[in-house]
Amino acid sequence: MSLAQTPTPTPTPMEAAPETFVAPLPPERVKIAVQDLDFFYGRNHALKAVSFGVARNAVTALIGPSGCGKSTLLRTLNRIYGLYPGQRASGRVLMDGQDLLSPRVSLGWLRERIGMVFQKPTPFPMSIFDNVAFGVRLHETLSRADLAGRVEEALRRAALWDEVKDKLGHSALGLSGGQQQRLCVARCLAVKPEVLLLDEPTSALDPISSAKLEETISTLSADHTVVIVTHNMGQAARVSKYTAFMYLGELVEFGETEELFTRPVTRRASDYITGRFG
Amino acid sequence: MSLLLLRRRLFDALVIALSLFATAFTLFWLAWILWTTISQGASALKPSLFTEMTPAPGAPGGLANALFGSVMVVAIGVILATPIGVLAAIYLAEYKRGTRVAGFIGFVNDILLSAPSIVIGLFIYELFVLPFGHFSGYAGGIALAMIMLPIVVRSSAVALELVPSETREAALALGLPRWKVTWSVIVRAARPGIITGLLLGVARISGETAPLLFTALNNQYWSANPATPLANIPVVIFQYAMSPYDDWHALAWAGAFLVMLFVLGLGLATRLIFRQGGGR
Repeated sequence: MSLAQTPTPTPTPMEAAPETFVAPLPPERVKIAVQDLDFFYGRNHALKAVSFGVARNAVTALIGPSGCGKSTLLRTLNRIYGLYPGQRASGRVLMDGQDLLSPRVSLGWLRERIGMVFQKPTPFPMSIFDNVAFGVRLHETLSRADLAGRVEEALRRAALWDEVKDKLGHSALGLSGGQQQRLCVARCLAVKPEVLLLDEPTSALDPISSAKLEETISTLSADHTVVIVTHNMGQAARVSKYTAFMYLGELVEFGETEELFTRPVTRRASDYITGRFG
Repeated sequence: MSLLLLRRRLFDALVIALSLFATAFTLFWLAWILWTTISQGASALKPSLFTEMTPAPGAPGGLANALFGSVMVVAIGVILATPIGVLAAIYLAEYKRGTRVAGFIGFVNDILLSAPSIVIGLFIYELFVLPFGHFSGYAGGIALAMIMLPIVVRSSAVALELVPSETREAALALGLPRWKVTWSVIVRAARPGIITGLLLGVARISGETAPLLFTALNNQYWSANPATPLANIPVVIFQYAMSPYDDWHALAWAGAFLVMLFVLGLGLATRLIFRQGGGR
């Protein structure tokens, strides 16, 4: 009779599940270590003691409902928030051991290493070539031929070269939205950054352009550390190796994407992924 | 139901008719003004208008010295107002946006924008004519610059504020210093709007009369020296129109026609630039 009782897998007792869970990364895999990061928009406490590691040469996705702080977290990594008075961060963001939040770190140095692509395409009002060469000209002095080579390489890596190689002198404003977004990726890559921050880069694009950009992101992660904010959980699952789920300014769960999407540890991550809220 | 429909249709027709009438009413006056200036100035509208000096009553002549003087006085105004106005707009829109300082300066600027031009003329007279003891083209140019300046500040600031903040952030995220972001990306993106503001400013000052009466005054002869009183179209129109001589009247009408044509041309240029810049 005891044989008749098939051992049913005991469902994870969600009542006993931890409130938050952050999987540790082996230290040598960590490119950026975020430690006890708090962020304030004036009095609004937008990030609450966030700690986790961004893995080197891999894609880390930040997911969560609107207003959870994922874009804020991204904007802290290159200190772009500093443009607005009243926004401040406290805690530590260590890239290769260097605290990026320290006022001693120059923004030029930091942003040469950490590139960013925004939700809406942001082509500059100049030619396609000049757009890509813009950052390079600032940080390096290259010969004309070297610069042309750098521009071509960046456009190739952003999967845009074939579409624009015959019209590099045309205004970038004439490109389609998807092309403009890949141009922005190329503009970032031309500076040869170590880290790429992508803030919902496909949200303004059609499905075909999105797919192209996702492919680009996947190939880039071979030698770039990529952090991508996305609303699209399918996209997070497709492109990322690690995922951080955030809610109301808290980092609720962080771990390998496959684990987080198939066996979430926390109740809130589980509810969000199964679509029970968000 | 059909009664309601009928009522709506009638109301619709009424509104369309009224707006058509309002448009036609406005255009009617514009057309009339243009027609009057052409027909009244017809006897003076000939090549000599551009080659001969303003004449004594009864003598043949043109508006050559007044046209040249106007161009010079307006040019001085533009040269003074453009850099100051654009830089002030950059300060307000890029560095102090949303602050109380910017709000206050913007408010003061708007007061200057609506200041009566005769007050500005009187002010410059006090400042740049009396101390030197004579009227001058420079004083006229400075008075026009004072009128143009707030127009440039306002329109350039609006054009800069319309540049999406993502563009600003994207340039900063590349590691550019702030001044370089402003100069090579933001100002460039706002250029159509800034140029439009400049053209509107030129259109506005090219017809101003009151401030020139106090400053550049007039000159019956050719002068290319802005330190002397300069002939200019608005003041010539004013003086000739007030005179009892028919040939002076014709010249005044011809001058009025040229000013109208110039402003019309600037308006068209503005639209053209906006269409190009708006092709995003």
